Amino acid sequence: MRPDRPSGRRRPAIRPRTILVHVVAWGIGLAWLIPFLGVFMTAVRPQAELLRGWWNLDPFTPTLQNFALAWGNADDPMWRGLRNSAIVAIPSTLVPMFVASFAAYGFARYRFPFRDYIFLSIILLMAIPQQMVAVPLFLALLEANLLDNFVGIVLVHSAWGIPWILLFMKNFFQTLPVEVEEAARVDGASDFRIFFKIVMPMALPALAAVAVLQFMWVWNDFFFALIFLRSQENLVATQVMFRVGFLGPFIVDQGILSAAAVITLAVPVLVYAFLQRYYIRGMIGWTIKG
Amino acid sequence: MRRGNQGRRRRPLFPFWSPLTRAAFFFPAIVLLMFLVIIPVLGTVLLSFVSPTTGSFTGFDNYGELLADRETADLRDAEIPFGTLLNNFIWSAVHLPMSLFTGLFLALILQKVRGSAFVKSFIFLGMVSPGIVGGIILKFLYDERSGVVPNFFGAIGVDALSIQWMAFPGTLLFGLIFGSVWLWAGFSMILFSAGLTTIPKDYFEAAQIDGASPWRTFWRITWPLLRPVTIVVITMTILWELKLFDIVFAAANVRGGVSSAADVLALQMYREAFATTSPNYNRAATIATFLTFLTLVTSVWLFRRMVLGEQRLSKGVMRKIAGPLIRRIRRSLFA
Repeated sequence: MRPDRPSGRRRPAIRPRTILVHVVAWGIGLAWLIPFLGVFMTAVRPQAELLRGWWNLDPFTPTLQNFALAWGNADDPMWRGLRNSAIVAIPSTLVPMFVASFAAYGFARYRFPFRDYIFLSIILLMAIPQQMVAVPLFLALLEANLLDNFVGIVLVHSAWGIPWILLFMKNFFQTLPVEVEEAARVDGASDFRIFFKIVMPMALPALAAVAVLQFMWVWNDFFFALIFLRSQENLVATQVMFRVGFLGPFIVDQGILSAAAVITLAVPVLVYAFLQRYYIRGMIGWTIKG
Repeated sequence: MRRGNQGRRRRPLFPFWSPLTRAAFFFPAIVLLMFLVIIPVLGTVLLSFVSPTTGSFTGFDNYGELLADRETADLRDAEIPFGTLLNNFIWSAVHLPMSLFTGLFLALILQKVRGSAFVKSFIFLGMVSPGIVGGIILKFLYDERSGVVPNFFGAIGVDALSIQWMAFPGTLLFGLIFGSVWLWAGFSMILFSAGLTTIPKDYFEAAQIDGASPWRTFWRITWPLLRPVTIVVITMTILWELKLFDIVFAAANVRGGVSSAADVLALQMYREAFATTSPNYNRAATIATFLTFLTLVTSVWLFRRMVLGEQRLSKGVMRKIAGPLIRRIRRSLFA
């Protein structure tokens, strides 16, 4: 507040600058939504109404027909895609979360030769593109009868998630005070007891951030799914969505495809809407604090 | 990171722990990483040095052939297609500054906006949605009949852009680049927003008292103090640009769209190994290794900059704190 203002005023007058900033900010925010609005409108309206653009609201008769067609599609039903995505994404979130937390605790609390070099090498694995492991993993999973199998892709996603979770959890464990663990040790608690009874409960907020982010990445993944899941009944949501609207090589039913896209999108958007705090925390903790 | 218990770490933390228990903490992670990441990575590197025809070691021949291929880098003329590698570079050159400054601009103006949480969520939707959905949305967005962009240009009389964007090489490539800015800007916005909250308000107040213009305040205080965040945003954005796959796959096709105008390295690798009846794993491995080389160079740069940046940051902060303070003290003494 400016010092030269009379002090008796209840509220400073709204300046034109403030109005301008609000208009610009909200304008950009709403403009950013337009493509999403487009896909949503395409999904909820019959095809005949869309010939003059989805923004043309004369007439406007919302229908769930496209959703029904996408959901219960004969060859590629979306319900199966969602089910398969859940089968893949839930274990692919829980397994690396625990496995990497174990190791992160070790890196945060123990001293051993080359510790920091080993840690840095694992962290550098985060930068590697998925294409770098695709061919050998494809051949190995084929050999092990794990290709086109949920166990195979869960293992791949789990291993792939370890480096970033390790970094995130190590940073978190380092902020926890050692005193509590030392006291428990003096009382005769075993290592694993300390880890599960003391450290993990304290780490719940961090674990929530890890779970939200890892779940979304696995859910949104397309490349690994494309390579490791092949038969029609095993495809995950991102794959099914891509196939569902294609009636032929060059014919696309935009309405059904849009409905499928909205269904696929709904899960990460809902997770984000309800667990935004953890998502943002994970995003920032993972990138900046490291 | 708290370094408060540095002194205590000097002596062994838990002296009774047996090495076996310690190893148990690392064991599952090491096994998974070893068999599903590290060995496959080394396998890919090995494959890239083996000739696809004779099956014997060929040194860097595969890399030479890859870089000489028009599919990778097409320098015959200054016309699209430019090839996968150059497309990744063009993508970075256009997308990086655009998404960085869009995000920074949004983070700055959203500081004092009511309901900024909603606006941020709208913009962040692009980051949350699967790349494959993002690609499909872009395809719709640029559709001649039902897309917003061509119809918008038609309405304002720019007929040259009132076309099926995905059907022409130039509009395909740059349409997707601009579209990926739309999808990715939320990332830099969120990081810059977090970075802005770490700058103490005193600096801005001091600058205001000194009569500095907002423009000057930004370039002298905000921008230098955001430097560590900027480095992270730059690195992660370059990594994202190098790894592009889903968006192009969905918005164009597996060959990078019409005359492969939007083709990228990751897509080229996928084609060589998985989208053909006669896979060339050595070629695919060469592309993957080359791509990994690019991403590692970028990340090593980040690591070094983080360390250097922190030193420079502390110096810069000291100067920034000290300067206005000294001026204020002087002014109050001699006023």
